Amino acid sequence: MLVTYIEAIRQAMDEELARDGNVLLMGEDVGVLGGAFKASAGLQEKHGADRVVDMPISESLIVGAGVGLAVQGMRPILEMQFIDFISCGFDQIVNTAATLRYRHGGQTACPIVVRGPSGGGVHGGLYHSQNPEAWFCHVPGLKVVAPATAYDAKGLLKSAIRDDDPVIYFEHKFLYRRIKEEIPEGELLVPIGKAALRKEGRDLTVITYGAPVHAVMKAARDMSTEVDIEVVDLRTLLPIDWAAVKASARKTGKVLIVHEARLTGGIGGEVAARIAQDCFEELDGPVMRLAARDVHTPFAPAMEDYVLPNQGKITEAIRKLAAY
Amino acid sequence: MTEQKDRELYHWLRLIREFESRVSALDKQGKLMGGVYSGKGQEAVTVGFCHDLRWDDWIFPLHRDLGAYLVKGADPKRLMAQIFGKRDGFAKGKDSYLHGGDLANGIFGSTSMLGATLPVAAGMAYKFKIRKEDRVAIAFFGEGASSRGDVHEAMNFAGVHKLPVIFVCENNFYAYSTPNELQFGVDNVADRAAGYGFKGEVVNGNDLHNVMKTAGKAIDRARKGDGPTLVECKTYRYHGHSEHDRADYRSEEEVITWESRDPISLWEIYLEKRKYDIAALRKEMTEEVTRIVEEAVAFAEGSPAPAGPEAMEDLYAMPIDTEAR
Ligand SMILES: Cc1ncc(C[n+]2csc(CCOP(=O)(O)OP(=O)(O)O)c2C)c(N)n1
Repeated sequence: MLVTYIEAIRQAMDEELARDGNVLLMGEDVGVLGGAFKASAGLQEKHGADRVVDMPISESLIVGAGVGLAVQGMRPILEMQFIDFISCGFDQIVNTAATLRYRHGGQTACPIVVRGPSGGGVHGGLYHSQNPEAWFCHVPGLKVVAPATAYDAKGLLKSAIRDDDPVIYFEHKFLYRRIKEEIPEGELLVPIGKAALRKEGRDLTVITYGAPVHAVMKAARDMSTEVDIEVVDLRTLLPIDWAAVKASARKTGKVLIVHEARLTGGIGGEVAARIAQDCFEELDGPVMRLAARDVHTPFAPAMEDYVLPNQGKITEAIRKLAAY
Repeated sequence: MTEQKDRELYHWLRLIREFESRVSALDKQGKLMGGVYSGKGQEAVTVGFCHDLRWDDWIFPLHRDLGAYLVKGADPKRLMAQIFGKRDGFAKGKDSYLHGGDLANGIFGSTSMLGATLPVAAGMAYKFKIRKEDRVAIAFFGEGASSRGDVHEAMNFAGVHKLPVIFVCENNFYAYSTPNELQFGVDNVADRAAGYGFKGEVVNGNDLHNVMKTAGKAIDRARKGDGPTLVECKTYRYHGHSEHDRADYRSEEEVITWESRDPISLWEIYLEKRKYDIAALRKEMTEEVTRIVEEAVAFAEGSPAPAGPEAMEDLYAMPIDTEAR
């Protein structure tokens, strides 16, 4: 079945709503409208207004109410209309949801999924382009995933819904309709916490996730006569699959980390530090990072392009590291 | 009202309508990027609250309040450049639509986070109060945004300190697709004012006379130190939430009913009753506002697109090294 990334998300929610009567979807305009991007088109009609719920505009309510439902054994999927608005539900995520099990000495779980469109490249401006994953990777008790393919979008969302911990699921809006992929019918689960080796290579490793995976894969193909690139797609950002990261770093001895989120305080810093510490002897060059510049994601196309990583910057960074 | 004021108000209503229509058309022609949130149908709220303000009063427009920029004194040319994401816009292209304010004219640009301007307006009003300035701050918000904690928190603080701030709820019955009955359990957002210890009023937001009367009272009260007012204007947006929204969640009858209460038509009926030559006035005004809008479009189209490295400007008051590598 050939499906888009956003259709994969819709299918995952549809199947889980059908499979488990405790699953709900709550968010702004998710019902009659079917979501701002149509991720939930048709789901309210099919599963009822009690289970696909149009919520008032209050992200802290959406998350907090989700926690209340979760403690009662429900499994809410909580949509942020744009992931940028997750900041308005931040307190409920980091202080209520993430600590719930810990501060109750393991008496309860918190099976919520908070999901929404993240990422730039669509001239969305400051508040419709953010990649806020690092805010959440600093918070123990959460799990954070960021699928790059339709297959992973579906498989990771289904796993997230079935997971007993709070999962923050960053879907990339640039990929919604730009990628189409053959994915098998029926049950499809991608485990949380496992990276994907997208391409094997000998000379250099690129570690990435989300939308840049596609640009990195293209670079790996385009540059194949120059340099044999290995591509690791993290898929899960908390917890990171350190075994996969280290195995690849040790194998090639050169690592470039690419993410669309800003450099300072980004996930790349964490990955680079671990590799430097644990794989120092096997390295043939500095662990390098390519990320967005340390500024907000601006609106005007030339400025947005200047700020975000792109194909050209990826190629350039690979060349620089390969030459080491 | 004087003859001059009658005409002036008509000018603003017509200018906003023309400006927004042009923006919608530009969007349809693919000349704009980013969201366009038309406030067509809600002009009387904007004009009613902004017209009689002083230049050193402040407004906090919402995403549909393009017209408020114009009435409060923003240059139409720069406003159009802002919408185009050009260098002459208030944000110099760093963000679009109404995220860049015109601070010199007392217009605060909003973030996308609905309701987030209300605490800022309250803070500003607190300064007016403690420095004994008879200035006011007016914060606009949608009935959907009224569900946010920030809105409640701002009103609570304003009530505590009797601040010179006016909270204007533009209730157009839908937040994107979500109707009021799924947004709150009260009949009127203004009913909540009692819970904060100040006055709440409900007005027909399509009737400019009504809006002006209520706005005038609220502004006077604020200037005199008698504290905030929450004014709820019942109105309607003709377009979808954004230009990409077909608004299938509304019935055709409902739209037609509201179109029959169009704020500009209502004003024209009033002008006619006052024995103005409405046909002549309409024609004259069409020419006037079309010229202003066309000039603005030409200016915006000619304004340079910002270059990539300009992205790094304006981040800090004092330059620091923000290079990524
Ligand atoms: C905190 C927050 N959540 C969600 C959104 C997405 N959003 C933008 S406008 C809108 C509807 C706003 O409705 P309302 O406040 O009634 O104003 P209206 O658009 O009807 O004028 C939504 C949900 C947002 N901008 N901010």
